[in-house]
Amino acid sequence: MSKTIKAPVPEGPLVEKWNNYKSNAKLVSPNNRKKLEVIIVGTGLAGASAAASLAEMGYNVKSFCFQDSPRRAHSVAAQGGVNAAKNYKNDGDSVYRMFYDTLKGGDFRSREANTYRLAECSASLIDQAVAQGVPFGREYGGYLRNRSFGGVQVSRTFYARGQTGQQLLLGSYQALLRQQHAGKVKLYARHEMLDVVIIDGKARGIIARNLDTGKIERHGAHTVVLATGGFGKIYYLSTLAMGCNASAIWRAHKKGAYMANPSWTQIHPTSLPQSGEHQSKLTLMSESLRNDGRIWVPIDKNETRLPGEIPEEDRDYYLERKYPSFGNLAPRDISSRAAKEQIDLGKGVGPLKNAVYLDFSRAIKEYEKDVIAERYGNLFTMYKKITGIDAYKEPMKISPAAHFSMGGLWVDYELMTSVPGLFAIGEANFSDHGANRLGANSLLQACVDGYFILPYTLQNFLADQINIPKTDVNHPAFEESERLVKDQMQSFLNSKGKKTAEEFHKELGKELYDKCGLLRTKEGLEKAIENIKNLREEYKVNLLVPGTAEEVNSELEKAGRVSDYMELAELMCIDALQREESCGAHFRAEYQTKEGEAKRDDENFCYSAAWEWTGNASSPVLNKEPLVFETVKPSVRSYK
Amino acid sequence: MKITLKIWRQRDAGSKGAFKEYHLDDVSRDMSFLEMLDTLNIKLIKQGELPVEFDHDCREGICGQCGVMINGIAHGPLKNTTTCQLHMRSFKDGDTIYVEPFKAAAFPIVRDLKVNRSALDHIIAAGGYVSVDTGQAPEANSIPITFEQAESAFDAAACIGCGACVASCKNSSAALFTSAKISHLSQLPQGDKETSTRVVSMVNEMEEEGFGFCTNTEACQVECPEDISVLNIARMNYEYNKARLVKK
Amino acid sequence: MIFIKNSITRKNLMAITGLFLSFFLIIHLLGNLQLLLPAEEAQLQYNSYSHLLGGNILVKLVAYVLYLCIILHTLDAIYLSYKRKQANGISYAYDRRGRASSWYSRNMMALGIIIFVFLVIHFKDFWYHYKFGELPLDANGNKDLYTLVVLAFEQLWYVILYIIAILALGYHLLHGVFSAHRTIGLYHPMYNRIVRVLGVVFAATMTLGYIIIPLFLYFNLQS
Repeated sequence: MSKTIKAPVPEGPLVEKWNNYKSNAKLVSPNNRKKLEVIIVGTGLAGASAAASLAEMGYNVKSFCFQDSPRRAHSVAAQGGVNAAKNYKNDGDSVYRMFYDTLKGGDFRSREANTYRLAECSASLIDQAVAQGVPFGREYGGYLRNRSFGGVQVSRTFYARGQTGQQLLLGSYQALLRQQHAGKVKLYARHEMLDVVIIDGKARGIIARNLDTGKIERHGAHTVVLATGGFGKIYYLSTLAMGCNASAIWRAHKKGAYMANPSWTQIHPTSLPQSGEHQSKLTLMSESLRNDGRIWVPIDKNETRLPGEIPEEDRDYYLERKYPSFGNLAPRDISSRAAKEQIDLGKGVGPLKNAVYLDFSRAIKEYEKDVIAERYGNLFTMYKKITGIDAYKEPMKISPAAHFSMGGLWVDYELMTSVPGLFAIGEANFSDHGANRLGANSLLQACVDGYFILPYTLQNFLADQINIPKTDVNHPAFEESERLVKDQMQSFLNSKGKKTAEEFHKELGKELYDKCGLLRTKEGLEKAIENIKNLREEYKVNLLVPGTAEEVNSELEKAGRVSDYMELAELMCIDALQREESCGAHFRAEYQTKEGEAKRDDENFCYSAAWEWTGNASSPVLNKEPLVFETVKPSVRSYK
Repeated sequence: MKITLKIWRQRDAGSKGAFKEYHLDDVSRDMSFLEMLDTLNIKLIKQGELPVEFDHDCREGICGQCGVMINGIAHGPLKNTTTCQLHMRSFKDGDTIYVEPFKAAAFPIVRDLKVNRSALDHIIAAGGYVSVDTGQAPEANSIPITFEQAESAFDAAACIGCGACVASCKNSSAALFTSAKISHLSQLPQGDKETSTRVVSMVNEMEEEGFGFCTNTEACQVECPEDISVLNIARMNYEYNKARLVKK
Repeated sequence: MIFIKNSITRKNLMAITGLFLSFFLIIHLLGNLQLLLPAEEAQLQYNSYSHLLGGNILVKLVAYVLYLCIILHTLDAIYLSYKRKQANGISYAYDRRGRASSWYSRNMMALGIIIFVFLVIHFKDFWYHYKFGELPLDANGNKDLYTLVVLAFEQLWYVILYIIAILALGYHLLHGVFSAHRTIGLYHPMYNRIVRVLGVVFAATMTLGYIIIPLFLYFNLQS
C-alpha cells in the first residue's frame, strides 16, 4: 500500500554532497569492466553520452534506438541553448545561483541535491562539448558567447545558432560511433525496446523488436539504462518527433519502476499554432526569440486590422505589463498560461484565433536586420517555410504546445529507478526540474546525466556485479517477457476494428490537452479519466492494424505506443487530480491567488508523487517522496 | 485540392518495385507533404491495403530521417527544404506527383520509400569525431576560436545526414556528406590534430560502402536542405592529398 | 594504374592529366594560329615549326607524356564510369535531378567520347601521315604538312566534324578545368571564383581559337 519512500542523499553540506558521493562510491577495476555488459536504450544526448562514456571506461555497451540512425534522436531538435554556470559574463552567476534559479523555476518541487548537482556539473559539459568540436557561438575575439533565457537574470546560455541540440547531439553521436568503431559499443538501430526483463529482482535485459524484420530479440546485460526521452507526444499535437514515445518507461513501470509526477508537462509558449485537422505536429520556435521579440495581442478582441497597422496604444504587451522585471523572458509555464488566458479571452490572432504575436519590429529597428538575421536567421527561414510568412516584415504568430515531460521514471540520487539495476537518465527520469523546467536546462540535464553522473553511479552498482556471469537469454524470465510481447502484438493485429492507432491517438491527445494541459480542474480531470477509460476499452476492440508482426510495420509500432499512452494518460490525470495545489506547469484552477498566479501548498504537497503499478491502470498506488530542503527555504515564486 | 500520386511500392530490397497510382480528393494547401501521405495511409488502411512505409521523425527539418524523391527531385521542388517542411501549397490542384525512394547501391530499400542509410553512420564511425574521452577536456575558453572560424565550421557541421546529396548525385557519391564532417572538424583546433588520419580512413570507408566518386556537378549542394557548400569537397580532397603526400 | 582503387587518387589522375592536356591545347593552338598567316608565309613557317617539334628530343619527351596522358585520362574515365554504374544500383523511374546541375557537367563521358573519336581521326589524318606517311617537301625541304591540312579543310563535312568536336571540347573544358582544380583540393572561395572565371575564359578562347582556323581555311580556300 501507499508508503513514504526515501532517496538517500549523500551526507554533508549541499556543495559537498556530490564530491562526497564520488569519493565514497565503489569502483570497478579496468580489467573487470570488460566482463560487464550494459544495455542503454535511446541514443539521444543522455543515451549516446552515457554509452560513449561507459565504453570509454571499458564496459561493453549495447546501444538501442528505434530510429534509423542514432543521430536522429529528438535531442537534435533542441534549438536555443544549454545553460552552464561559467560566469563568463561576470554578471553575478555562480553554481549556487544557477541551482537556485532552477529550483525556483521548478517551483520548489525538485530534489535539492539533484538540482545542485546539475548546476555543479554544468561547466564541465561546456568544456567537454567544445573539446568534441561543437561549434558554439563565439565573440569576435574567439571566446564563447552567451545569451539569456527565460526565468533568469544572467546570461549563462551557450548556443550554436538555433541548432544547439543538433550540435551537442552530433558531438555525443560521434563519441558513440567512435566507441562502436573501437568495438566497445554494439549499435542496434531500428530496434524498439518492448520490455525490461527482470531476473532475481534486478534488471538484466530487454526484449527488442527489429523494426526492419519484425524479429523479436532478447538482449541480456548486467544492467539496463533507459534514456528514452519524454512523452509529450502523448498530447498528439506537440513539439516532439512523431516517434517519441513512453513505451520503454511505461513498460519498465509495469515491471515495478515508479512513475513520478507524470502530469507535469511543460507547455512551450513559442510554438507555431495549429492550422487544421490534418496537423501531425507543432513546430517549436526557439524560446531564445523572446530575447528580442515582444509578445502582444490586440486590446480589442474584434480587431480586424493587420498587425502592422495596429498602433501601440491598441496593443497589449501583456507579459511586459504583468511581469515588469522579467517581461518577455518570464518562465515558460507563466508565459504559456498568460497566452492561453489571452486566447481564452478571445484576443487570439490568426485564422483560428489561437495564437499571439511575437514581434521583432523594435529589435530590427534597434539592431538592424543583419544582427537579427545572424541571431535567429534559421528560425526566420523555418517560419517562412512552414507558414509562408516573412517574419522580418510582420510579427510571427505563436501559441503554446506540449513540449517537455518534467515527470518520468522515479529515480534516486544515483539515477536508479525503484527496480535495482534499472537506471533512467535524461528526460526519461523525473529528477531535476521540479514542476517546470527552465529553458536550456534540458540539454544540460541529458548531457550531465550521461557524461558525468551515470558513469559514477552505474559503476557503484556494477561493483557488486563483477562475479555475476553474463545474463542467459534463455532464462524463463526472457521466455515469459517475449511471450507477453508477442501476445500483445497479436492482439492488436487480431482486433480488426475500424480506427487506426493514429486516430485514437488524436482523440486521446485532445482529451488530455483540454483537461490535463495548461489548466486543470477536479471536474475536468475526473471527466477525462472516465473518457480515457472508455477510449481504452474501445481501443481493445476497435483498433485496426494492417499487415503482420513479421515484417516492417509502422502501424504495429504505433499501436504499441498508443496502447501505452492510453494507460499513461490516465495516470497523468490521476496524478494531476491528487495534487490539490498549483505548482509550476501544474495549474489547478481551484488553487490560485487573487492575481491568478499558481498557489502552492507546501504543507501538504511538498513531495514527489511516485506511482506504483498494481496491474490495473485505474488503481495505481501513490508513494510519496517528501522533498526536504536543507539549504534553501521555498519561497513564493514571483517573476513580477 | 485533388492530387494524383504515383508512389513507388517495393516489398524489400530483393523484390521488384513499381509505381502505384493513388488519388486524393481532399488535400489542404496547409498540409505538409508527409501529412498528405498520412492521409493517404489512413485511407489505405481502411481499405484493407498496406500503408506506404516512409521514414520521418521530427517533422521540423532537423533530424534528417525523412527524404524521398518527389517529382524526381530529392526532398521535392523547394530548395534547401526537407520533405517534412514541404507543404502542399507548393503544388497545384490536379497535379500528379511522383514519389520514389532515394536510390543508390549503398542505400538498400527496406520497403516502399524507406531506405537503409546506415552506410552514412559507418563513414562517421571511421573517423568523424575528435578523439577525446569524457573528462579529458580542458577549460572551454582556453583555446580561442574566432567568430569566423566557428561560423565556417558550423556551416559544414549543419549537415543533417539525410542522404539527399547521394540521391541527387549522378554518381551516387557521398562526398558532400563525408567532406562536411571532415571540413567541420579540420577547421577547429580541437579536431585538426587528427585530420590526416581521419580523412584517409573516412574516405576509405566511403569507398568500401559502395558510394561513387565526385565529379563536381554540384547538384548535391543545390538539393541539400542545409545548403552545405561543395567547397567542403575540395577541402576534403586537399586534406586527403596532403595526408597521402606528406604521410610518413 | 589498375591497382589504384581509391577514387580521390583516381580523380587526381584524371585532373592532372586533364590539366596537362589543357596546357597542351594552348601550345597546339599557338602553333596552329600560324595557319592564319598569308598562304605562302604560312606554309613555310608552319612546316618548319612542325619539323622543329618533330626533331627536338625535349619536345619528343613531352609528346610521350602527352600520349600517356591521353591514354590514362581515357582509361580512368572508363574505370570511373564503371564505378559509377556500380554505385548507382537501380536507377530512378522518374528522374528530374538534372535541374540541379549543368548538362555538360553530367555528360563529361559523352563529351569525352566525341573528343576521343575525333582524336583518332585527327591523329590518323595528320599525325600518322606526318610521322609515317609519304609527304612532299616544301621549298625549305620540310615535309609539307601545311598543304595536307589545307586540303583537309577544303571539305565542308570535315570542317563541320571538326567544329562539333571542338564544341564538345569546349564544354568538356568548361566543366573540366574548374572541376580539376576542385579535385586536387582548391577550396578557398576566392581562388575558386577566380579559377571559375578563368576556366570559362580558357574554354571560350580555346573553342573560338580552334574553330576560327578551319573556318578561315575553308572560306579562304573557297574565295
